Amino acid sequence: MNYIALNMLFGDRAKYLMLLCGLTFAVMLIVQQGSIFWGLMIWSQSSISNLNVPIWVTDPGIAQVDEVKPIADTSVDRVRSVPGVEWAVPLYKGLLRARLSNGEYHQIILAGLESSSLIGRPAEILEGRFEDILQPDAVALDQWAVERMGGPDVMKVGTIFELNDRLARVVAIAKTQKSFTNIPVVYTTYERAIRYVPRERRTLSYVLAKAKDGVPVEEVTRRIHEQTGLGAFTAEEFGWKTIGWVLKNTGIGINFGTTILLGFIVGMAIAGQTFYLFTVENLRQFGALKAMGTSTFTLARMILLQAFTVGLTGYGVGIGLATVFGFLTARSGGLPFIETWQLLLLVLVGLLAICTFSALISIVKLARLEPAIVFR
Amino acid sequence: MMDSQTQPAAVRARGIVKSFGTGDTQVTVLRGIDLDIYLGEMLLLVGESGGGKTTLLSAIAGILDIDEGDINVLGVPLSGLPTGKRTTFRGQTMGFIYQQFNLLPALTAAENVAVPLLIQKIGRSDALERAQRMLDRVGLNDRAEFLPKNLSVGQQQRVAIARALVNEPRLLICDEPTAALDGPNGQKIMEILREVGRSPSRCVIVVTHDSRIFHFGDRMAHLTDGRIVSIEPIVREGTA
Repeated sequence: MNYIALNMLFGDRAKYLMLLCGLTFAVMLIVQQGSIFWGLMIWSQSSISNLNVPIWVTDPGIAQVDEVKPIADTSVDRVRSVPGVEWAVPLYKGLLRARLSNGEYHQIILAGLESSSLIGRPAEILEGRFEDILQPDAVALDQWAVERMGGPDVMKVGTIFELNDRLARVVAIAKTQKSFTNIPVVYTTYERAIRYVPRERRTLSYVLAKAKDGVPVEEVTRRIHEQTGLGAFTAEEFGWKTIGWVLKNTGIGINFGTTILLGFIVGMAIAGQTFYLFTVENLRQFGALKAMGTSTFTLARMILLQAFTVGLTGYGVGIGLATVFGFLTARSGGLPFIETWQLLLLVLVGLLAICTFSALISIVKLARLEPAIVFR
Repeated sequence: MMDSQTQPAAVRARGIVKSFGTGDTQVTVLRGIDLDIYLGEMLLLVGESGGGKTTLLSAIAGILDIDEGDINVLGVPLSGLPTGKRTTFRGQTMGFIYQQFNLLPALTAAENVAVPLLIQKIGRSDALERAQRMLDRVGLNDRAEFLPKNLSVGQQQRVAIARALVNEPRLLICDEPTAALDGPNGQKIMEILREVGRSPSRCVIVVTHDSRIFHFGDRMAHLTDGRIVSIEPIVREGTA
């Protein structure tokens, strides 16, 4: 009977394609929007992931990573004194304007790393040597700075520009994850960073730390918070905190959520309606099968097989199209597109729900169908 | 006609009443039908439109619940069977030929013929082999791989006959089998039905309006206004 069910499905090519298009469109829309949404969320915490340190210590009232609330310089030593902390280093992070030799101004994020360890440095260097930022007036840029501040002809190793009327000489270009705001990042040492910025009473943005081997990082963050009164977060916690802030304080969550929901509803409506029509138009055939001795259970199984076949085909095609879209748009870094297995699983569950719902409507119709219809 | 009335009826209907609708809009379609049909015979059910022929046929086939009365098919009381068992019984003992053929358009002729066997969970290759043999018997051995849309209406009805007979049913139910066909095709179909469908171990019920095919039957029951007004043997030339 499976053979008959599949032939009935594929035999009505126009309806099959319409069903397939509806489900493919729904899957593609949900996966595409979901992946872009998740990409944006990943971008929103790239300030955390680019530095790749396990513990972030800062003002307890901080809401997200880009909202810097300076803390006392003594915080570094206080964190170092907490049992279970292997090391703790200062980090400066702040907004500044860069003036290029051609007179252009660009807003940049200045990141000051502890000079003896350079903890928080980017993992991948595209050009130059990152250690050279220890040289006088030396800074490193991320590749987005090169892109946004005039391109590789203007911003390259050896380029000199000004930060708050002080010289900065590019010695390295690093590869980093793009940030949500896409503001270029300029790396230098902590000591030099606080010389670049106007004098403030407090200059320390974060204390970056690591737990000793064998001590759970969550335990160490708890101890830091209890003993210093500062906010201490694991990188993961801080990332989720940042994502939570973005969702709450920007329209991104509602915007993407609405699109995803619409994709789901449109997909469900198209699939449900088309599948129902498909069943209704085949009622005589189903009636004939019922008259010939096919049980309602078998007919229900046939309908479910048809629904899941078209659903899973639509799922595959939809994901394929969304992936191609993501590959084409995200490879240049122009659009955040991160397809996760969790999203794909969620879409699969949603799609199976759509198919089951559509099939159930048809099954109810078939269960009520009197096979005597074939004699009318 | 065989000397069948001496044996127990294959189909025995007593006091069949069936109404549709409720209250003021209720219409009683069958008003106490008594009918016996015997193995080896072809019974024609004739009468005016709306007289209750198709309703009676549906009731005998067990695809329509009746309000009153008893229907016994091949010794089994249909009215007392639960729906699921009735469906299985129907699949095992009955074959259907419809006015509109009701072939599955996506299946080939052979696959369509194999459907009743697939319903009985017979393996696909066996089913197709038996379907091919049945198509040979109705003269469509060279059309097995054709889709219904590529067959003439006469050929489609022959496929439907093959499908109805492929599982060797003991009760063959035909609803206006020639209504969609022109005169010569109708005659041809009835000849095939008589040659291939009739058997001492099977009874055939044919609902029809088509007076040109009356001579193919053994007996004819006239239904008017929900009642059988007469049941007469059909006298063919040379048999009177």
